[in-house]
Amino acid sequence: MKQFADLFMNLDRTNKTNAKVDLLRQYFLEASDEDKLWALTLFTGRRPSFKVNRTMVKEWAAQEANVPMWLFQESYHSVGDLGETISLLLPRTGSAGSDKSLTGWFEYLGELPKMTDEEKHAHIVNAWAQLSQHETFVFNKLLMGSFRIGVSQTLVVRALAEATETDSNVIAHRVMGQWEPQSTTFKKLILDKGENDNASRPYPYYLAYQIEGDVSDLGEPADWFAEWKWDGIRSQIIHRNNELFIWTRGEELSTEKFPELHFLAEILPNGTVLDGEIVTYQEGKPMPFNVLQTRIGRKNLSKKVLEEAPIAFLGYDMLEANGVDIRGLTQEQRRAELELLHSQVAGQSVFYLSPLIDFKEWKDLHDLHSTSREQNAEGFMIKRKAGTYQVGRKKGDWWKWKVDPLSVDAVLIYAQKGSGRRAELFTDYTFAVWGDDGKLVPFAKAYSGLTDQEIGKVDYFIKRNVIEKFGPVRTVKPELVFEIGFEGINASTRHKSGIAVRFPRILRWRQDKKAEEADTLENLKGILEMYR
Amino acid sequence: MPAQPLLQFTGKSIYCSVADVHIDPWIPVDRAIITHAHSDHARWGSRHYLSHKDSEPILRLRLGQDISLQTMEYGQKFMINGVKFSLHPAGHIIGSAQVRVEYQGEVWVASGDYKLENDNFSVPFEPVKCNVFITESTFGLPIYKWQPQHEVMTEIDNWWAQNRVDGKASVIMGYSLGKMQRILKNIQLQQEPIYAHGAIFTLNERLREAGFDLPKLTLVTKETDKKLFKGALVVAPPSVDSSTWIKKFAPYSLGYCSGWMALRGAKNRRAVDQGFVLSDHVDWPDLNTAVLETGAEKVYVTHGYTAIYSRWLNENGIWAAEVNTMYGNEDENEEEEVVQDAAVASESYEQHKAALDAEIDLASTKSPMGDLGAGEGGLQS
Repeated sequence: MKQFADLFMNLDRTNKTNAKVDLLRQYFLEASDEDKLWALTLFTGRRPSFKVNRTMVKEWAAQEANVPMWLFQESYHSVGDLGETISLLLPRTGSAGSDKSLTGWFEYLGELPKMTDEEKHAHIVNAWAQLSQHETFVFNKLLMGSFRIGVSQTLVVRALAEATETDSNVIAHRVMGQWEPQSTTFKKLILDKGENDNASRPYPYYLAYQIEGDVSDLGEPADWFAEWKWDGIRSQIIHRNNELFIWTRGEELSTEKFPELHFLAEILPNGTVLDGEIVTYQEGKPMPFNVLQTRIGRKNLSKKVLEEAPIAFLGYDMLEANGVDIRGLTQEQRRAELELLHSQVAGQSVFYLSPLIDFKEWKDLHDLHSTSREQNAEGFMIKRKAGTYQVGRKKGDWWKWKVDPLSVDAVLIYAQKGSGRRAELFTDYTFAVWGDDGKLVPFAKAYSGLTDQEIGKVDYFIKRNVIEKFGPVRTVKPELVFEIGFEGINASTRHKSGIAVRFPRILRWRQDKKAEEADTLENLKGILEMYR
Repeated sequence: MPAQPLLQFTGKSIYCSVADVHIDPWIPVDRAIITHAHSDHARWGSRHYLSHKDSEPILRLRLGQDISLQTMEYGQKFMINGVKFSLHPAGHIIGSAQVRVEYQGEVWVASGDYKLENDNFSVPFEPVKCNVFITESTFGLPIYKWQPQHEVMTEIDNWWAQNRVDGKASVIMGYSLGKMQRILKNIQLQQEPIYAHGAIFTLNERLREAGFDLPKLTLVTKETDKKLFKGALVVAPPSVDSSTWIKKFAPYSLGYCSGWMALRGAKNRRAVDQGFVLSDHVDWPDLNTAVLETGAEKVYVTHGYTAIYSRWLNENGIWAAEVNTMYGNEDENEEEEVVQDAAVASESYEQHKAALDAEIDLASTKSPMGDLGAGEGGLQS
């Protein structure tokens, strides 16, 4: 456990990519195969559940630490992380650390689901007593399935590829898809060639960077494709061994969420993998993202939901044809394969090609770009005709050219302390605009967009200008003005303002503006009218 | 019993109306008793100051050489308008004191900032029996439990040793006043010189001049040969991590000593390579110990987790109330100080030394040398 806890704490401490890869590689070289597999399970976002009730865990911890529940909660507010709070509150008995391996602890945790609450209590308290503070923290993360770490899957893959001296594309493919540490081994999953290829496995997505400078810097227009950048869910549709798999970008197997697409199992040839966007689609065009959102979270898709939020798949790439990986072909060749396939299965109302935009000069694109929102698109994707399909976010062949976000100037009125990296700092803000009655109406919460230095200054202001406290929330003297950007805007009955904005974020701190100069709810409603 | 409480929280100090004396005022007053020389407790502009004798060099450095300052030993009693005062060790930093105030049989103690662990530089904390205790609560949450000092110092020794092996400089950040002297007194010093940022160098020189046993530091200047930093220890105040000053030490490992380093979030936000959990404030267990040892029936909780800690005391049978003060802003003041000193550090050692000397000369009774120095400067400019 110490080895893994050290890895976790060291990864947590550095924000240098290379240092993280070094730490991971070192771990993959030194740890036992069993432990590596469990580590990989965690690093790839698989979170085994041990059926424990968080509220009970809190109570047990408060009891062990001999603090009343309200003090436990206050501590939790300050730390911002439950597992860490518990690790800090518990008496430091096991400071020497535990000899049990990561796998050993997972086996220990694996006994929990069959236990009664009383047995669980004893089991967990017994574990806490054996662990050092850092180990307790990591143990709690495993226990409550809240294991998040500041390394992307791309970094883990890179480290693993270096440690095993294997091509990173191959590793990326091997760690994807459905596998469980209990039913495989590190050797089978990572080291064995091909044998373990699972029919459901998606390819790692190729991700684009936002374009730098002007689009004309890309060179000859004739070398590039342009498509609309759809505001939906990036998805891979896989048909192999007569079975259909739909993967979304978060690497979630979501086949059952999109019954409208299930007929593709009958139509697509075996050994087909398509890349594209799932959008809600009506009257010949995609609908805003919030319509799609109404059905994403649902477990049961009622008839009503399916009627109100019908979806379609807009395909723009083909990664596998007739069982052959064609990612090495050029964009132009893959597009041709995709179009050929589409023509063979044409006439289907939910599988469309994402159209190529006709343009001769970059100027043509500039002119069209401003109409993106009318298309319910977020801008353009620009793809090099001669480019291959790459792995992860790479510069060069795919670029996104997004429309400028919508924005208003708003006043900071509530603040709450952040968590994790920003515990103890007020970093979660609620912003308001002026209503008709001259009162500030909250309309958006935003967390990101300021530099650490700005956060420090805003935090300083907040701590000195608190008007009221409501639990962890502070009402702040309405004085600071920020430009808040957002990607979309919709009417909402759930919000006081009658408006819901999508992806709000702080564009900049308007230190030049007074609170009175902030925008009004009228302004926001005007924007809503424009994009309805 | 007096009609008014012996000590009052007026919004500008802790005030004793019978004696007409303010403790740690944050606006200029006639008579101020200063618990310690941190800038959130010792503020500029009062007519008369009184402090422990060990605070004198720093108070004069920070508030002006010519301030009217009377100093006391720990335990030495003095009367003001019939109120009996004495200072007692608070163990926070050099010269830090709890102020004991006694009038008509009632005893109050204003403790300023304090810690119970002996830091081997300031005089260790002594509990003082009282009826009413005024306590800080900077780390007044049960999540804060410090490791013993020697363990943290061993961590620092090991980190430095590893950096020497790796050929890196070890840049360690912490408050100039208090934290840095504590570190220098408790780590294993090597033969090589220890390099210092101007803010720490100045304080260290002042304390050495005043007779305190501290190692000699070497000021980092523009002329310092960068090759010398390899494997060396560099002491710096917090917030140099965002300055260009720090770049000259590359390759380096960055350490930060603070009680806040106990939290992962705080540690990561600082983006330091190594956080050392080292505080000059009491942790939760020691805070409770300190309160109990005073035997006080009433406790006023200032700066920190005031609401939480007073609720805790009330639930545990000790009457307590929270008090809003302007204390507890060491961070910010320290940063202001760094901005000034960063400018100083970019000058050469000679300029810096000259500025330091000029400051001292200005304050001391006018010597012919002082006049001559000023005159020469005037002619050259």
